[in-house]
Amino acid sequence: MAIDAATVKKVARLARIAEPDDKLEPLARELSGILDWIEQLNEVDTDGVAPMTSAVAASLPMRDDVVTDGGDPAKVLANAPKTERGFFVVPKVVE
Amino acid sequence: MSELTELTLKDALDGLAAGRFSSEELTRAHVEAVEAARELNAYVLETPERALEMAKASDGRRARGEAGRLDGAPLGIKDLFCTEGVRSTACSKILGNFTPTYESSVTANLWRDGAVMLGKLNMDEFAMGSSNETSAFGPVVNPWRIEGGNGKLTPGGSSGGSAAAVAAQLCLGATATDTGGSIRQPAAFTGTVGIKPTYGRCSRWGIVAFASSLDQAGPIARTVEDAAILLTSMAGHDPKDSTSLPVETPDFASFCGKSVKGLRVGIPKEYRVDGMPAEIEALWQQGINWLKDAGCEIVEVSLPHTKYALPAYYIVAPAEASSNLARYDGMRYGLRVDGANLTETYENTRAEGFGAEVKRRILIGTYVLSAGYYDAYYLKAQKVRRRIADDFDQAFEKVDALLTPTAPSAAFALGEKSDDPVAMYLNDIFTVTVNLAGLPGMSIPAGLDANGLPLGLQLIGKALDEGTLFSIGSAVEKAAAFKARPQKWW
Repeated sequence: MAIDAATVKKVARLARIAEPDDKLEPLARELSGILDWIEQLNEVDTDGVAPMTSAVAASLPMRDDVVTDGGDPAKVLANAPKTERGFFVVPKVVE
Repeated sequence: MSELTELTLKDALDGLAAGRFSSEELTRAHVEAVEAARELNAYVLETPERALEMAKASDGRRARGEAGRLDGAPLGIKDLFCTEGVRSTACSKILGNFTPTYESSVTANLWRDGAVMLGKLNMDEFAMGSSNETSAFGPVVNPWRIEGGNGKLTPGGSSGGSAAAVAAQLCLGATATDTGGSIRQPAAFTGTVGIKPTYGRCSRWGIVAFASSLDQAGPIARTVEDAAILLTSMAGHDPKDSTSLPVETPDFASFCGKSVKGLRVGIPKEYRVDGMPAEIEALWQQGINWLKDAGCEIVEVSLPHTKYALPAYYIVAPAEASSNLARYDGMRYGLRVDGANLTETYENTRAEGFGAEVKRRILIGTYVLSAGYYDAYYLKAQKVRRRIADDFDQAFEKVDALLTPTAPSAAFALGEKSDDPVAMYLNDIFTVTVNLAGLPGMSIPAGLDANGLPLGLQLIGKALDEGTLFSIGSAVEKAAAFKARPQKWW
């Protein structure tokens, strides 16, 4: 098995997804199944092959460094779960 | 006036231009059809008032002689597209009642050309799925049934709502998106036409991101020409998406019906996979014969890395997804589930808000990008991706387009594959290669299987050569003369 329950716990923490302890074992089996299937990529000779980082051979365009949008806090806050006086309200970040 | 919903987009636009009916009449017929088809679960949000308002405005423009390319045509919009003032959720609980304060570039292009919005279409959550079963709103039911049966079939995914709505005549055409096959496989499962254009043809701005180097928008429609008309409006350079290509959009409809004599069409032998149903093999051969009869030269080609496309995809796509979906943290929009501290709030929000398949992919993506595994998985996959793209480059030195089946089976039953992720992933075996290479691919309905279910053939083209696909696609369409429609049971 590529992944055990402890690894799933660690990865879930990194991904900020709460996974209850009784789900770790089944998830480990499921993810291992997928990763075992992915292992076949090792059959491919990729020595000297440059990784493909973009779907098209185009260079990213540059634009002038100027403000093109903004100045509308009401729109920015329109979908927030909690706001106060024009700000997002979030849990305490610094203990 | 139920017959108004039976028109192709082209015929509807001609009828509007000739004054045979108004957009209001056309739109009302569709609004009624949508209301009568809720059993299909194709729409997750109906916007009838907005539709009729847009239709009246369109009739006004037409009366003043200001009608645009799509003026008055009622369309459905996949819920992945942000629509200003209209709830857009990507069919995920984590977006809750998210109501964008902006419009996606692709839908803005459609409204610029006068189209009318009927509502938002169901899809797999965040476009992750091949059966529409991962939607937070429940699965879409395929309007097609096995002959004589009444079991519920999947319309495919992730654009299952788009495909079902077009097949069931609940809109004249629909927007969709395709990251690994999400336009083409549902099109094949519902007897409709779907095209994923070249990466960069359509702006991704305002489309909820899944895997940014693979995501691309395109239309699902009832005919090749309808798809061409829609794509011409949807495509175009957009400075707000840095990967949007600064190229002219041709009038794609002008390629439909053009002679294909002398075009070379490649048949990639690696697409003949073990366990492929004989009917699909036979349909593929039929497609080859049709194109020979139309004057194409058929050339056997090799794409040796085909079998590695899907496993490479299941590294690249989850890796990009895990990064893109990090934004759903419960702070600025969408669901928030409070915990004892900030980290717990993040973890509870994401545990509650994401469905099982989305979590699975985020975990895989996080794992393959994590320290110590990056080279073994992600870098390896990107190198394999290059190999796959090189295969296509070599094939396209010899041919103008490729012909393959779209999917390895016809539509399957809802629930049939939902317990086995890898079996579900294999649905995209013929479509995913194109996303990795950034190429255009189109599915055309070509026949029925022994159960009376539609099957599709796929055409793959060179980058930015959708025109040739529309030419060959209309030749296949003409030869196949596919006229079957699902029997109305809903």
